[in-house]
Parts: sequence; C-alpha cells; structure tokens
Amino acid sequence: MAALTSLAAATTVGNAKLNIAIFVIFVLVTLTVVVKVASGKKTAEQYYTAGGAFSGRQNGIAIAGDYLSAASFLGIAGAIALQGMDGFLYSIGFLVAWLVALLLVAELMRNTGRFTMADVLSYRLKQRPVRIATSVSVLCVSLFYLLAQMAGAGGLVSLLLGVSGETAQNLVIAVVGAVMVTYVLIGGMKGTTWVQIIKAVLLISAAAIMTVWVLGKYGFSLSGLFTDSVDVAKTSTNPKTAAGAENLLHYGTKYGVTTLAKIDFISLSMALVLGTAGLPHVLQRFYTVPTSKAARKSVEWAIWLIGGFYLLTLVIGFGAGALVGPDAINAAPGKQNSAAPLLAFELGGSWMLGIVSGIAFATILAVVAGLTITASATFAHDLYKEVFKRGQSTQEQEVRIARISAIAIGLVAIFGGMLAKSQNIAFLVALAFAVAASANLPTILYSLFWKRFNTRGALWSIYGGLIASIGLIIFSPVVSGKAADPKTGLSPSMVTNPDIDFHWFPLDNPGLVSIPLAFFLGWLGSVTSKEFDAEKYAEMEVRSLTGHGVGKALEH
Amino acid sequence: MSAQQPTTSEAYQAVQSSEEFQTLRKKFRGFVFPVTAFFLVWYFLYVLLSIFAQDFMNRFLFGKITIGLVFGFLQFLTTFAITFIYARWANRELDPLADAIGSRLDGVKEH
Repeated sequence: MAALTSLAAATTVGNAKLNIAIFVIFVLVTLTVVVKVASGKKTAEQYYTAGGAFSGRQNGIAIAGDYLSAASFLGIAGAIALQGMDGFLYSIGFLVAWLVALLLVAELMRNTGRFTMADVLSYRLKQRPVRIATSVSVLCVSLFYLLAQMAGAGGLVSLLLGVSGETAQNLVIAVVGAVMVTYVLIGGMKGTTWVQIIKAVLLISAAAIMTVWVLGKYGFSLSGLFTDSVDVAKTSTNPKTAAGAENLLHYGTKYGVTTLAKIDFISLSMALVLGTAGLPHVLQRFYTVPTSKAARKSVEWAIWLIGGFYLLTLVIGFGAGALVGPDAINAAPGKQNSAAPLLAFELGGSWMLGIVSGIAFATILAVVAGLTITASATFAHDLYKEVFKRGQSTQEQEVRIARISAIAIGLVAIFGGMLAKSQNIAFLVALAFAVAASANLPTILYSLFWKRFNTRGALWSIYGGLIASIGLIIFSPVVSGKAADPKTGLSPSMVTNPDIDFHWFPLDNPGLVSIPLAFFLGWLGSVTSKEFDAEKYAEMEVRSLTGHGVGKALEH
Repeated sequence: MSAQQPTTSEAYQAVQSSEEFQTLRKKFRGFVFPVTAFFLVWYFLYVLLSIFAQDFMNRFLFGKITIGLVFGFLQFLTTFAITFIYARWANRELDPLADAIGSRLDGVKEH
C-alpha cells in the first residue's frame, strides 16, 4: 500500500506543472507550424484536402498520426500489461486491417473522389439520397470516435494531474476542444496534417525509446521480460491476478473464457479488420495526395509505422507489467490506460512521464482535429453544397459553412466529451469500427467493384448496416444488464443500475451480425432494382483504375 | 463540376470495352482478390486458433516464447510482406498500363 501511495503522490507532486508545461510547449510549437503553413488562399480544396499537395511519405506518417489514437497507445499498452497476449491479439487486428485499405480501397478512392467519401459512393448512383445516407453514417462514425477521444482526454488528466475532480476534467476537455478548433480554423487540412505528422514522429520515437530502455533492462531478451512480468504478477496482492500470472503469456485470459466471449471476439475482429478502411477520417487522408501512386505509397508508409508501433507496444505493455506491476496499474486513477505513462515514470522519472503525457495529449488533439475536418467537410460539401444547394454554391459559401460546422462539432465534442468521460474508451472506439464496417465498407466495395450495384442497394446497405450495428449495441450487454460488481453494486454496463436490464443481444460487438447483413442488403437492394447507368459506370471504372481526370480535377 | 469532365462518356465506354483496359482490370483483380482472400483466411485462422485451440497456441517453443506469439509475429511478417510485394508489383506492372490508357484518353479528347 505504501508503494501505491508514493506512486500516486509521485504522479501528482511537482509533476502536474511539468506536464502542463510540456503540453503547452507542444501546443505553441504546433500552432506556430499551423500558422506558418496556413498562408495562402482558402479554397475548399485547401480546407478539405490541403489541395492534394502532400507527398506519399508525408501522408503515410500523418495517417499513422491519425490512426494511433490515445485508445490504441494507452489502451493497447494497458491491455497487454494486464491481460498479456490477449492484448497483443487485439492489436494485430488494427494492423491487418490496413491491407484492406492498401489492396482494395486507397488507390481507387483517390482516383474517383475529390473531397469526401460520398463523392465516391454517389459517383454513379443518385446523388441526393446516397449523399444524405453517406453523410448520416459518416457523422455517426465520426461522432463515436470523437467522443472516445474526448473521453480519453478527461481520463488522462485525472492521471497526469492527479485530479479526479469533475471541474478539472471538464476544463481539460474544453481546452482540448478549443485548441483543436483553432488548429482546424487556422490551418485547415494542411495545418492538421502537420500536427499529425509532428505527433506521429514524437509518439513513435517515445515508444521506441521506452522499448529499448525496457529491453535493455533485460539484456534484450524478450523471454527474460516475459519471465519477470509473470513473476511480478505472481506477487500481486490480488489473489486472482497472482493465480493467473502464468496466463499473461497465454491466449484466452480475456477472450477465451466462455464460448460467448470467444464468439464476441470473432465479432470484434471482423469489425476491426473491415472497419479501418471504412473510417471516414482515414479515407479523407487519401485525398491529400495528388495521385493513386502517392495514395499507395501513403498506405505503405502507414503500414510500416503502425506495424512497427504495435510491436513496440508489446514490449511497453509487458514492461509496464514487469516494472510497474499490475497492482500499481490497477490502483492508478486511469487504471489500464495509465500503464504506459506509469512505465515512463518508472523509467525516466517525472521528465519522461511529462513527455509521454504531453504526447498523449497531442495524440488526442491531432486525432480530434482530423475527425473535425472530415465531419465538417461532410456538412459543407455533401449536405450543404450538393444536397441543400444542389451543387450551386460558391467556394466562399462552402468554406464558410465548413468553418461554422467545425465550431459546432467542436462544441458537440466538448459537451459530449464531458458527458462521456466515464465511458470506456475502447468500447466507444469498437463501436465506431463496428458502424464503419457495417454501414460504410460494404457500399464502398460494392460501388468500386460490382457493376450491378445501384442506389437501392446502397441505401439498404448503409441504413441497414447503421441501424443494425447501433440497434444491436443498444440491446447488448454493453448498454445494460451486465452482472453487478459485488464491491460497488454497480453494473459495468453503460446503465450502471443492475436492475435495469433490457438487453437481448448476447454479444458486446455487433459486427458478426451487422456486417454480413449490410453486405446482404446491398446485394438484395441492387438485384431488386433495375437502375443501371452504363455511362457513369464506364467513367467511374476507367477513372478508378487509370487515375484519368484526377490531375485536372485538382488544377482549377 | 463540368470542368472535370472533358472526356466524353463515349470515350470512356470505348476505353472500358477495349482489350487493353480489360487486361489492366483482370491483372488488378487477379492480384488483389486472391491476396485479400489469403490474408483474411490467414488472419482469422490466427484468431480462431487463439481462442479455440489454446492448448496448441500456448505451448512453449523456447524460453517463454509460445507458438501463439510466433503466430502473432507471423501476422506482422505477412502484412509487411504483402505490402512490400504489392507495392513493387503495382509500380512495375500496373502503373505503366494505367498511365498508357490514361494518356491515350487525353489524346482521344484532343482530336
């Protein structure tokens, strides 16, 4: 117990100021960069896609910066620290998913779209209904993802500043939201991309330093690290942790206990692998490069960086288990999410903790800014220009709407984040992936690869996938009906009152049902409708494979 | 938006039905579809073994390194390998074909 209080004290005393200082420095440096790169005229292209002027490598680093969110850095490191191999299993889905983007989506999207995901989906279908449907699902996915990041910011502050007070957490969420909106308004996509690039470099460097540091302590023997983390877990004061110490090296501690848990994990894996290439803010990044060749290069870089990062997370997770220990992690304010920051403190003291915390904040900022650009592009380009104004609006009007939307989204993110801060981050992220895999990916693949696909198929698939994934979650144990924790008497579900139980869907993750259903509805809707536009189909297919017309679209 | 469509739809349809374009299409799909099928099967094999065949996956190979960990590393390895092979293949095989068709389309438009 003494060790715990000293640790808790160490993370607060004296360090709060240092943590804030490092965060402020990051904000100032990135703001300077954002202001510097933002000069020039503010066209819609500039705002949404930075005029497609980034190189493949720059964009690849920015993708890594966008994708390696606080949930994957703090969440996965913590999952590995406490659940061992099952956390590792979880991280692999996030990586393999990029092959879907590389092989099937990135290049063809780049060649057929210009600003938003809806550009591609509505290319050869009826503009208005498809744009509206796509916008609804883009906004849903972005909102869930946004709330996850903002909730993460609130959780992080309680750890880093040692305060768990409502007001302090809300204040931090408001500051993060305000800074993010500033980035977006001043810098547009160009500024945001640079923030993501800077953050990715910092995050991956810090993870690499921590990994080498941890491995150095074990003579660069992975086996030695594993042995020690098992030994430390054995000495845990929690009898359950001590008894399960050996299981850190084994699959099945979390996902393999019951048949239901196993099926649930299959469902989660499907959502991860098929969701990534349907995340709107990831797709938006493919428009920031000039050609499909550069889009390919982007994903190549992203895969190297993201894969490398998850390999580092394995060592960081086990390192936290061995050097910090499961008891200290569980006792810290952010629990599992605090494993990586606590390891940083253990290795390099308050400075290292400050740096890692600053990077974690930066991570949230960069991801949230990317999401805001994507969502505001959907509002301004798809809903305002194409649907409301039927394509008859000026650049100035469109950009103005995009900026107003960004402010509105910032406010939603701030207030939503305040409400959602007690929610489990991983759950919100998994939700975003499930909705993306169900509502977005089937339509993307069908419209790129299936000649027969048409408007009815798209609408059935998008709305069907959206309703099925969100509906099943509402009636899942995630929202209500998980057995109450004997200590607190509260249910770990979203509805914490254990007496309220309206769940009937047994799985936490809807993907196993909602993804195949969305694919089926897309097929069924298409074959029951006669609509087919041979001219548009020819144009889209030729353009998607040859890149014809992309350069011209960018010139004016 | 009209500035984006200087090429007539007849031209696009002519290209679409041309032998050259069909070769490009076949080549592209002939690569990405089987590779996608492969990595999905390979990934779900890993997931299924990890949750249904734990006795096998949790066996120690050497030291504290289990078969399951090696399997996990192999997922990284195959992902990196597919990325490397696809990018090289597409740069060499796909791009010249696509560029040729693209520039011919521009030529058609000008005459």
